[in-house]
Amino acid sequence: MTSKVHTHKERQSLVWRLHLDLPLLAGLFALMGFGLMVLYSAGGESESLIYRQVTRLGIGLAVMFMMAQFPPRFYAKWAPFLYLIGLVLLIAVIFFGDKSKGAQRWLMLGGFRFQPSELMKLAVPLMVAWYFSERPLPARKRELFIAAVLVLVPTLLIAKQPDLGTALLISSSGLFAIYLSGVSWRIIAGFVVAAVIFMPIHWFFLIHEYQKDRVYVYLEGIMNQTELCKQPDAWQICQSQVAIGSGGFDGKGWLNGTQSQLEFLPERSTDFIFAVLGEEFGFTGVAILLSIYLFIIARGLYIGTQAQETFSRLLAGAIVLTFFVYLFVNIGMVTGLLPVVGLPLPLVSYGGTSMVTLLSGFGMLMSIYTHRKLVST
Amino acid sequence: MLQRKVTIKNPFRELAYYQSRVFVAFFIIIALMAGLLFWVANLQVFHYENYRTRSDANRIRVRPVAPTRGLIYDRNGVILAENRSVYSLELIPEQVDDIDETLSQLKELLQLDDDDIERFHKEKRYTRRERFKKIPIKQKLTEKQVALFAVNRFRFKGVSVEARLVRYYPYGSVLVHALGYVGRINDREKARIDAANYKATHHIGKVGLEKHYESILHGTIGSRVVEVDVHERVLRTLSEQTPQNGVDLHLSLDVELQLAAEKALAGRRGVIVALDPANGDVLALVSNPGYNPNLFVTGISSKDYNKLLKSQDRPLFNRALRGQYSPGSTIKPHMAWLGLTSGMITPSYTVEDPGFFMLPNDERRYRDWKKLGHGKRIGYKQAIAQSCDTFFYDLAVRLGIDRIHPSMSKFGFGQLTGIDMGEEVPGLMPSRDWKRGARRAPWYPGETVIIGIGQGYWTATPLQIANSAAVIANDGKRYQLRLVNSQEANGVKTFMAPQLAEQQIDIGDGQHFDLIKKAMKEVNHGLRGSAREAFRDAPYESAGKTGTVQLVGYSQDEEYDKTKVAQNLHDNALYIGYAPYEKPQIAVAIVLENAGGGGSNAAPVARKVMDFYLESKPQKNKEPNT
Repeated sequence: MTSKVHTHKERQSLVWRLHLDLPLLAGLFALMGFGLMVLYSAGGESESLIYRQVTRLGIGLAVMFMMAQFPPRFYAKWAPFLYLIGLVLLIAVIFFGDKSKGAQRWLMLGGFRFQPSELMKLAVPLMVAWYFSERPLPARKRELFIAAVLVLVPTLLIAKQPDLGTALLISSSGLFAIYLSGVSWRIIAGFVVAAVIFMPIHWFFLIHEYQKDRVYVYLEGIMNQTELCKQPDAWQICQSQVAIGSGGFDGKGWLNGTQSQLEFLPERSTDFIFAVLGEEFGFTGVAILLSIYLFIIARGLYIGTQAQETFSRLLAGAIVLTFFVYLFVNIGMVTGLLPVVGLPLPLVSYGGTSMVTLLSGFGMLMSIYTHRKLVST
Repeated sequence: MLQRKVTIKNPFRELAYYQSRVFVAFFIIIALMAGLLFWVANLQVFHYENYRTRSDANRIRVRPVAPTRGLIYDRNGVILAENRSVYSLELIPEQVDDIDETLSQLKELLQLDDDDIERFHKEKRYTRRERFKKIPIKQKLTEKQVALFAVNRFRFKGVSVEARLVRYYPYGSVLVHALGYVGRINDREKARIDAANYKATHHIGKVGLEKHYESILHGTIGSRVVEVDVHERVLRTLSEQTPQNGVDLHLSLDVELQLAAEKALAGRRGVIVALDPANGDVLALVSNPGYNPNLFVTGISSKDYNKLLKSQDRPLFNRALRGQYSPGSTIKPHMAWLGLTSGMITPSYTVEDPGFFMLPNDERRYRDWKKLGHGKRIGYKQAIAQSCDTFFYDLAVRLGIDRIHPSMSKFGFGQLTGIDMGEEVPGLMPSRDWKRGARRAPWYPGETVIIGIGQGYWTATPLQIANSAAVIANDGKRYQLRLVNSQEANGVKTFMAPQLAEQQIDIGDGQHFDLIKKAMKEVNHGLRGSAREAFRDAPYESAGKTGTVQLVGYSQDEEYDKTKVAQNLHDNALYIGYAPYEKPQIAVAIVLENAGGGGSNAAPVARKVMDFYLESKPQKNKEPNT
């Protein structure tokens, strides 16, 4: 098992000196370009909407570029502080949080509305990676337990807001870091069994009624598709499926999706943008989108394997796997395969905060890849 | 044991662990992505047709387009029934956030009644309807209301003013008994009509011509395929099939004559029917009183309806088609002709009139209207001109009911005139058979006596009475009556040939017909003619016959005294006639209820109608009707 040795020449290239990874960058740009095209259609050809989204992407890319300049060492050093700040802010949300649409997720900081859970999306994998970085692996049970607590505390705080989607992402990112640290397959199997046992308890005691309703709708959708549309709760998911299904193999054509253009599809520029893509670009478009995602994921996992310290490795792996959960949950939800969880389609959906967080993550990946030392074997 | 205590990090082992877990994770990712792709393919490829259909069902609507109802014109092209735009205020509940607030604002702006608001709530609550269907708030907006709403439209999302074509009768009550009217389709009619063709139609012919010609006046529904958005806003028309509009009807009726006739009635209860004897075309048809048909189109209030229903004058009753009157002396020319042509009397035959008639072996006196009688030698001509009853009592007995019934039937009595309005009743031309069947009694000779003066069981509608005059004017030819003489579809006018009635009288060489026509001329122009006062100085020659019908029976010695009888039992005044005497252009029947003597009351009305038709506007009507 050896890392690839980079030539002197490669290290001299401009991209390398800027701490950017060209393949990853190419994948991200392909995704953003496709995404903007779909958004233009979904937003009713509004140029101001595209302008705002491009601005956000610009900010996100700038942040990514900045993040790529700091070496992984820097992140490791600040990880615990970031985690603690995040935790304090999450607790602050409980007391001083801003309420909107029945959820308490926001803090007002100097006129800005800020969502501490966004910070935690990066802080949790950073913290777990840091925690394992100085310890011999595979970790012992006591250490695993502590790592699990590090993940569980912010997850529960966020689930309480309630923000199920983010809680899911944060717990995944932490658990992926733990998983990648080399937990034995026996423990993983045990964990899966425990999760299965826990599910009924979760169902009966912990989740809200409206969340249960979503699951009912979902289950019914799987069973009986046409009946589904008659329920008011299911309108959204039903129209989404109709949009995607009616796209067929080739799609109805850009700007020609009737479900989206005639406003049958709710939230078509945000969480349900995948349905617009499916309707207008058909199965071909979906396959292209998934290919781009797969390419980004593959490149990200590759970067992880090339990392030289445990911290970088775990962080890279966790970021990439979480990225997959992100898109999988969104597409699964929009296609009716999974219950509705409010997650955007990463880097495609219209919207601000999550985009910056996501691109920060990719900035860290680039940092990990471009700050390696020459290794001789 | 030893190994467990080793706490130094082993980077190679950690990398190996990492790589194996990444490998597993990547494998799972590939598998999940493949699963996702398969699921999407399931929607987009395997169930494509289903979703395509459902997406089209979302956006495509087939909107029925109502055909425009055919118009009705008079013989000179004057419009009698038209379609006018009526504006109604309508609301789509799904598009309004706060309905109560919106309604109260509309109420203030447009001065709506509480009734309107209440009706709206009722409609909203009790009617099953599709989503996004409009509910009317106010049916007939004034122009001011339409303008007021137009400038404030932006304040009312989901509220709109809809224009709809609604039937309008410019002549109102004057023509109601000739045209009938349309009204909202009721449940009974819904069960009967072709629902698909009436999908966009709100009104249907209820009575009269409007009902009789419903199938061609209505037309054929069209459709428009439109694309709508989620708010049911129509964005564009995808395809369109224009409706086939209803056929326009051209009547033989002359609305100016109708108005003149109405005026001649001067508000009295009664009927005027004017015909073109040459073809059975109805020139005027007045049944007074009438009512305003426009009230029925948009829905009459129960208060107004009850008023019409309970009125002593029975305005809803179409006297011309359904009124059954004793024809009285107006049938004397017909009877005389029958007597002459059957050989029961000769032109020189006379009777002695002491003022009454008696059957052999019977004490009962059948009285003449003239107490002391008309004289010793009364022939048919005098008997017609002066309306001598005794002569016709005698004649009827000589003819016998078995001869009278078939012959009078051929003049149209007891037969439908065939007028294109439905609802007509046949009246009664009694016979021995009829009496056995309907009354389970034999025919008594005394009953024949009064048949001679058009009374007893004999009843006829004013249409039949008018047609019996037209038959004489037309030398025996009897036509089916009609109001519509041509139809116009897509700008092409089709004239319909007049139809002869099934049974016709045989006038032979016509000499007897000429005799009774001359006698009828005497009625109007003779020295002792019963209508001579009415036709004094007429610029044309005419023929006629008066009739005065008693509505109460009197004992042998009692006399009819107007002052002692209730007004609604006063005599009916009748008159039939035609003019000009040579080449008749108009035949009329006048029936005035409880007006008194026919000569003094009905004949002057006929004179006015004839004068108007022949003198005031002679040119127009002489044009051939092709």
